[in-house]
Amino acid sequence: MKTPSRFLNWLRGLPTHLILIGLCLIWILPSLGLFITSFRPVQDINETGWWTILAKPKGYEEFQAYCASCHGSDGKAISNADLTNPELVQNYRRSFALLTSLNREIDGQIHMGDTPIPDDKTTATIASYMRRISGIEARPKFTLSNYIDAITGYRGNSTYVTDCAAGNQSVDLYCNIRDLTNPRGMGRAFINSLLVAIPSTILPILFAAFAAYAFSWMDFKGRQWMFALLVGLQVVPLQMTLIPISRLYAQLGMNGTFWGIWLFHTGFGLPYAIYLIRNFMGSLPHEIFESAYLDGASHWTAFTKLAIPLSVPALASLGIFQFLWIWNDLLVALVFLGGKYPVLTYQIGNMVTSLGSGWHLLTAAAFISMALPMIIFFALQRYFVRGMLAGSVKG
Amino acid sequence: MASVTFDHVVKKFGDVLAVNDLSFTIDDKEFLVLVGPSGCGKTTALRCLAGLEEITSGTIKIGDQVVNDIPPKDRDIAMVFQSYALYPHMTVFENMAFGLKLRKMPKEEIQKRVDAAAKTLEIQNLLNRKPRELSGGQRQRVAVGRAIVREPKVFLFDEPLSNLDAKLRVQTRKEITKLHNSLKTTFIYVTHDQVEAMTMGTRIAVINHGVLQQVDTPQTLYDSPANQFVAGFIGSPSMNFFQAKISKSDGKLFVVTDSFKLEIPKEKNKVYGPYDGKKVIFGIRPEDIYNPEFPSTGIKAAPVECKVDLLELMGDEIYVYLMSGSHDLVARVDPRSKYTLGSKVQMAFDMSKFHIFDIEQNPENPIAIR
Repeated sequence: MKTPSRFLNWLRGLPTHLILIGLCLIWILPSLGLFITSFRPVQDINETGWWTILAKPKGYEEFQAYCASCHGSDGKAISNADLTNPELVQNYRRSFALLTSLNREIDGQIHMGDTPIPDDKTTATIASYMRRISGIEARPKFTLSNYIDAITGYRGNSTYVTDCAAGNQSVDLYCNIRDLTNPRGMGRAFINSLLVAIPSTILPILFAAFAAYAFSWMDFKGRQWMFALLVGLQVVPLQMTLIPISRLYAQLGMNGTFWGIWLFHTGFGLPYAIYLIRNFMGSLPHEIFESAYLDGASHWTAFTKLAIPLSVPALASLGIFQFLWIWNDLLVALVFLGGKYPVLTYQIGNMVTSLGSGWHLLTAAAFISMALPMIIFFALQRYFVRGMLAGSVKG
Repeated sequence: MASVTFDHVVKKFGDVLAVNDLSFTIDDKEFLVLVGPSGCGKTTALRCLAGLEEITSGTIKIGDQVVNDIPPKDRDIAMVFQSYALYPHMTVFENMAFGLKLRKMPKEEIQKRVDAAAKTLEIQNLLNRKPRELSGGQRQRVAVGRAIVREPKVFLFDEPLSNLDAKLRVQTRKEITKLHNSLKTTFIYVTHDQVEAMTMGTRIAVINHGVLQQVDTPQTLYDSPANQFVAGFIGSPSMNFFQAKISKSDGKLFVVTDSFKLEIPKEKNKVYGPYDGKKVIFGIRPEDIYNPEFPSTGIKAAPVECKVDLLELMGDEIYVYLMSGSHDLVARVDPRSKYTLGSKVQMAFDMSKFHIFDIEQNPENPIAIR
């Protein structure tokens, strides 16, 4: 009696589960692909998709079809023609050299015997495969070179590591620790983003906490009106103010300074921050504050000793939101900092050249810019989840 | 240690009159209970005294000092809230030490006072816990402890027992009374529970609709209520009231209702004589109505015929709900009484213990005639 009903339940739940799993896949798959791609060598990225990482390398099929019957599937069967020997393969690096060899007679016999001679394209693939197995062009399945290149801002045909090893790096690179802060790299952009985001998160939350306390627990005239006005300020679109503020900053000489962008983010973060924190603080039991006043607390003491510690969930969740919004912001950073202090969002776009090359760096750059938000999210996610209810539900 | 004086205190919230012309004095070391139905303004009066509400007019004095414009922290009072209002992120010790730290008291002194208070309240083993780890009764003790470490001039209690279960409430009631005896400080205690009021207070102030009805010792309040509201509010079950008329015949005074006619004892003729022919409210407490089989000694029994409507057996007594004509009343009678529902019975009213209220002069809240 019990088993069939359980099976029926499972069957009834199946469509929901399938849809949920499908939705999760749709969301996760692109990120996963990007993540895997970011660890692949640039040549592999250009040749095959990320989903082939577990398959045999390119050229394996062709090699098996044309060469394996004599040379063996690992290429080592004929000892004086060991295809894994780099010195030998060095002679057939290019596909035309290989093709010539295939057309030639070896030891008085046709090289390929009964097997037809492969066409140009196939030969090129086989040559590439041979370079790989012989170690001339051995490349690992996974590499950090995309990350290193993105962080150092390397732009070239090879990788930062090989260029530095060969000593032919471009003029803006030093091949030492200084390259981590190369203005063209993501490393420097990461620092710039931190310099923008941390004060732009702390300042509005600090001011908003003061304001929220006043709106919640201090009795002054026009309190409700001022609060309504402040909340109403949220409707002002940020884009509308870009030009006037940019002009103002130009007159004050604040364009391209961190002060300018801190001030801008503070201003636009405040209304929402005040709204959220006030709602949270206002829902704290008023007896606690009254008790503190009777205990001899001034407003300042009540603020620092009671309001702030008790509002930590709201402050933390607001902090996360504000930080993420600034971290991911391109528009404001582009307008007020531009290329002077490139931030992550700005620099990601610079990874690709105007001809579209270098996009493998994008994958790594994207994950560099995602790293910090992800760490923050997972570290503070219990506040995050609780904070989304902040102000709406008490406790 | 100080007396507290309310002098014509008025508190308005917008157009709503919460406290209306409240005047009374609380003596030093007195335990005064403010009692009244919910929403009567008793808590507001307390909050005005604490300085949490500004008064609209009048003056409040603590000792000889007018405190109208003195902020709460400088009034030297401590308050225990209904919800306890413990600081949730601090330990019990920190909760109790908070006020002392803010007053920049030396550490050793704080430690000494908190330890002493914890010992009095038997919460020494809880000092390192957070409020959320405590039971309701323990939180209540911590709240009291936080008040007593400050050694204030006046203690305020705002319905501190209403969140406790019945058993704990009785126990804590005793403890607060003991605390008052040992601290010898002025206590002001707000409650809507008349049992708390009667058992704890040295005096009780009854408030209704923001107006002070009567301030007196519990026994006086019970024996001679100033008006119908106080008479009905104090005592459980409450006093029975009847629309009645005083009438004189053959030189005797009678209380006449539509279902019975009772003679007023001679010695009270002088008091009620002038009200001959006037409409009054006749009130008698349930315990002053007897089963004629088991009368107390020294009562002036007057028979009234009633119909038994409902019985509540309390064990030590019986609450009999009766109908006299169209009027219902309740009597607390001897548990040996045998009654059957719906039967007609004779009840004995003790005519030495009745109350008459003048309804003509003051129809809103008839005043007792004495």
